[in-house]
Amino acid sequence: MLGLSKKDTTFLLVVIFLTLATPILLQPFPESSALAQFNAGYPDLMQRFAIFGIFAIGFNILFGLTGYLSFGHAAFLGVGSYSVVWMYKLLNYNVVPGLVLAIIMSGLFALFIGYISLRRSGIYFSILTLAFAQMSFNLAYSVLTPLTNGETGLQVYNNDPQVLMSEGSPTSPHFFGIVMNEATKVDVGGWQFTFSNGYYFCAIIAIIVFYLSLRIFRSPFGIMLRAIKTNQTRMNYTGLNPRPYTLAAFVISGMYAGLAGGLLAAMDPLAGAERMQWTASGEVVLMTILGGAGTLMGPVLGAGFIKYFENIFSKINDNILHSWFSALPDGLEDFVVFVFHPFIGKGWNLTLGLLFMLVVIFLPGGLIEGGTRIWNAITGKNRKKKREDAAHHPKPTSHVN
Amino acid sequence: MTKFQINRRSLIKSGAAIGAGLALPTIFTSSARAYLNEPKGGTVTLGFNVPQTGPYADEGLDELRAQELAVQHLNGEGDGGMLNTFSSKALKGNGILGKKVQFVSGDTQTKSDAARASAKSMIEKDGAIMINGGSSSGVAVAVQGLCQEAGVIFMAGLTHSNDTTGKDKKRNGFRHFFNAYMSGAALAPVLAKAYGTDRRAYHLTADYTWGWTQQESIATATEAMGWETVNNVLTPLASTDFSSYIAPVLNSGADVLILNHYGGNMVNSLTNAVQFGLRDKMVNGKQFEIIVPLYSELMAAGAGANVRGVYGSMNWNWQLQDEGSKAFVKSFGEKYGRPPSNSAHTCYVQTLLYADACERAGTFDPCGVVDALEGFEFDGMGNGPTLYRADDHQCFKDVLVMKGTDNPTNEYDTLEIVEVTPRAQVEYAPDHPMFAGGDLGACNSGA
Amino acid sequence: MDAIILQILNGLDKGSAYALIALGLTLIFGTLGVVNFAHGALFMLGSFCAVTLQKILSLSFTVEDPTQKDFLGNPLKVDTPYIVSWFGDATGNAILNWSVPLAILFAIPVMLLVGYVMERGLIKHFYKRPHADQILVTFGLAIVIQEIVKYFYGANPIPTPAPDMFRGSLDFGVLIGFAQNEIIYPYWRLVYFLFSAVIISAVFAFLRFTTFGMVVRAGMADRETVGLLGINIDKRFTIMFGIAAAVAGLAGVMYAPINSPNYHMGMDFLVLSFVVVVVGGMGSLPGAVLAGFLLGILESFASMNEVKSIIPGIDQIIIYFVAIIILLTRPRGLMGRKGVMEE
Repeated sequence: MLGLSKKDTTFLLVVIFLTLATPILLQPFPESSALAQFNAGYPDLMQRFAIFGIFAIGFNILFGLTGYLSFGHAAFLGVGSYSVVWMYKLLNYNVVPGLVLAIIMSGLFALFIGYISLRRSGIYFSILTLAFAQMSFNLAYSVLTPLTNGETGLQVYNNDPQVLMSEGSPTSPHFFGIVMNEATKVDVGGWQFTFSNGYYFCAIIAIIVFYLSLRIFRSPFGIMLRAIKTNQTRMNYTGLNPRPYTLAAFVISGMYAGLAGGLLAAMDPLAGAERMQWTASGEVVLMTILGGAGTLMGPVLGAGFIKYFENIFSKINDNILHSWFSALPDGLEDFVVFVFHPFIGKGWNLTLGLLFMLVVIFLPGGLIEGGTRIWNAITGKNRKKKREDAAHHPKPTSHVN
Repeated sequence: MTKFQINRRSLIKSGAAIGAGLALPTIFTSSARAYLNEPKGGTVTLGFNVPQTGPYADEGLDELRAQELAVQHLNGEGDGGMLNTFSSKALKGNGILGKKVQFVSGDTQTKSDAARASAKSMIEKDGAIMINGGSSSGVAVAVQGLCQEAGVIFMAGLTHSNDTTGKDKKRNGFRHFFNAYMSGAALAPVLAKAYGTDRRAYHLTADYTWGWTQQESIATATEAMGWETVNNVLTPLASTDFSSYIAPVLNSGADVLILNHYGGNMVNSLTNAVQFGLRDKMVNGKQFEIIVPLYSELMAAGAGANVRGVYGSMNWNWQLQDEGSKAFVKSFGEKYGRPPSNSAHTCYVQTLLYADACERAGTFDPCGVVDALEGFEFDGMGNGPTLYRADDHQCFKDVLVMKGTDNPTNEYDTLEIVEVTPRAQVEYAPDHPMFAGGDLGACNSGA
Repeated sequence: MDAIILQILNGLDKGSAYALIALGLTLIFGTLGVVNFAHGALFMLGSFCAVTLQKILSLSFTVEDPTQKDFLGNPLKVDTPYIVSWFGDATGNAILNWSVPLAILFAIPVMLLVGYVMERGLIKHFYKRPHADQILVTFGLAIVIQEIVKYFYGANPIPTPAPDMFRGSLDFGVLIGFAQNEIIYPYWRLVYFLFSAVIISAVFAFLRFTTFGMVVRAGMADRETVGLLGINIDKRFTIMFGIAAAVAGLAGVMYAPINSPNYHMGMDFLVLSFVVVVVGGMGSLPGAVLAGFLLGILESFASMNEVKSIIPGIDQIIIYFVAIIILLTRPRGLMGRKGVMEE
């Protein structure tokens, strides 16, 4: 189906199912239970999962396939966001013109940066991309304030032109009248599920770009990119010039990042300069490696993992801990809270740092390897050798369509 | 356009998306509400959004402490703090409108994006009815915009930029903290008295919007009393070492250095300036002086001995001797063993002010709360008689001019109050050019 | 002219911090081939060695003084450092005053140990792993170190002043024939520059003139062959890791009086130090030092008002801009070796 092998089709269908059922799957605990704190099925976080998933999928096309480690991908994220907000300011709140512009602008930007940076390889390439992104961030924060609104972030003001804005059109981002921040809440028993327009918009786009990346991974172009990773010198000897291929991969992944940045602004009409800072570039690198570089699903898992801890763990405070452990005797309760205290709330960074180390030490292939191991444990080891997550660890020869 | 149609449309779409096979025993919670996150049951949830990681984490921690204390006082626990001195007597210590107050906390990371994500999760997931706190103007403006769009009340924490209640003001947002214009208006006369009216000032300014508005305010105020502005140099946000910006100061003919920096930038630039021995020098026959227009206790502690004798301004300080301040310092000090910072005071006061406005309005509806807060006059909260101006939602109250203590007696004794500048002196017209361009818009209750 | 001399001094001073950090980083890069994102955290730990020693020295006993009141109106608790009560006012306060230079002695064993434990406990297992894994594990480690420091010391900067002797500034201009007050430079920054010059020379001399250094240099060039000669290169590399950590730590100790240390100062330097190392060229120690000073000086020049008025905002981007120019004109940075970290 859709030009995919049977196995890939199944894989894609599973991904589609998981993506669409996210609002239910991420809400495992009833509202009234103490564990509801761990629910992640609210629109903003689900949107972030989808958007950073797109960002990481795109990054993986460059890093996972060619091995070129860009440390400046956040620049494209920022360009995408600024494009969308500018379209809000000039036209109206429909997200389509902005998203199209975001992809075009980030593509052009990526073409420029990629053309220059790809003259070098290895760490020299990484530092070149880092330098471009940091220059963009520093300028956006200060000198380019008329264009970016600097520290405050670009947003829409009441006196902006908005030439396409008519009487009845929505006053927040929408897709031809479907307003992003509207949601339907459904109560089932003790559970409350939120089906948000914004999330489904992101989710459908995420599925489409996931499908595209699946096709790229399986295409001759993808094979060529992997050949670059394996041995560039040998490729040169065979008379192939790897540069156009890597540049194409760079531009494609830049466009993915631009799309992700655009979607951020489509969910929430503000574009801040911090999106271009090196920490944001570093974050997508971490997401990809954490999840499993070069695998299709890994980067998405990594993105979800990091965003989950950032948004859920930072909100657990001592009061919540006390309420969880209130059943324990007083002294013990205080002790347990004391033990957990450094890892929650303001200590969420510590938890994340420790988990980075644990994952990379014990799961060399990233989170996806953890998933594979669990899967193997469930289904029985004997099938392991043959199938070892074939869809996820594409082996160059066996999966070409 | 009625609400019901939108909901039906989104239901059909979402329903189609998750698959027709899924049965939906549907109850619309959204169509039954009068406004967003209307508290049902016996509790009401407030959202405290403060920096918990990054350079301002300690500032955020202090804000969080103060807000926890405010919640206790609202629920009738503890000694009641400022509830006893507050001029409005609507609050009775039984929560707000009879509902017990709960709170959720989040981490802004002092980044607009993270702050908005955290505020959104409080609104969407925890049902917070208002958001309070923060420690930078960028974050304040970003979250204020979000709360306006979502339809909850935002009470800004530490934000000093003129834009928060100027260019970027919003109907759902309120600011208790003072602003750069007020700093200039309060500082200038004191500086004239201390250093004379014939001074030449050299500005180092953090290169982002807050820095610019402060530089403009201070330069205007000091020029009005006869000072000359020799130069204004913009420094990158990421700077950690300011030596190359400070080195040329002495040869520029300036005899005053004004540091429009905050937080880590300010600690470093002041430390560097003192290292260069600027304050030991005589220029134009006068002692060279340094001024830090915006002070905070934590910055003063970080800069250590370097703040001694340096002038600046503050919103509030724990050494004030009015009844409200004494009550607050006492209950905060007894609970946490340290005096509160001025951002802690702002966050504490705002929580009480919000609760009081709900009581007086008789509802949690943001539009009702906005009406109750606009033009509200009160006293007993530590800054003398105070007004929430309806035109721009800025609080008008006395401003403190501070100086680094020369001989500190303990670790909290870093700054001393030089003058309490009366409110009349720092007031300005709502259409003042430094605050031009904004528009409050209409209130949004998220319904 | 005076402005230019001043900025050269500033540049040398900034450059010496960059060079020291980059030197340690490139020792780990060049000798061990490990991308160490925790290097900034080592620099920060060095600074906190100074803070810790200052805290230890000012450990105090508390006496309640009923004649004074604290902020709640209770009797004021007056702290007297043990050191002062043991050695008397003069000697005690002098020791407290000199806590930063004393911290050098404290930091060397601490940082060597930190480096040793880090290498044996963690990095050792990552030599054969892809660079991506090294980045993830060292970045995780950096966060953990940072958070531990934050847990104990808070997020606020902690003032760590230099000894009184070095307060204030030297009128450098008078020495070379300028008028008074035209070129002044803080004593402590001059000390920092001299200190880093000594450390850099010591590291170079160590690698150049000792047998140990010779083996390490040989190992950097061709690890396998050296191993085949029956030399235990791994043990030496562990020691090199310790030395790199100590160099970063010492850079941090001496930096504490220049800017009050805080827990995330390492992250502020991390990106910059990678840029310096790469501009200097992978695997080249002199390159790292040269790039450090070059970028320091250029950064100082870019922040001059005269330059900024021609190109606004140039000081925001100068380092990255120069990095791009250099990497495009010289493929392996200033003095990079072929084949190091190029794939």
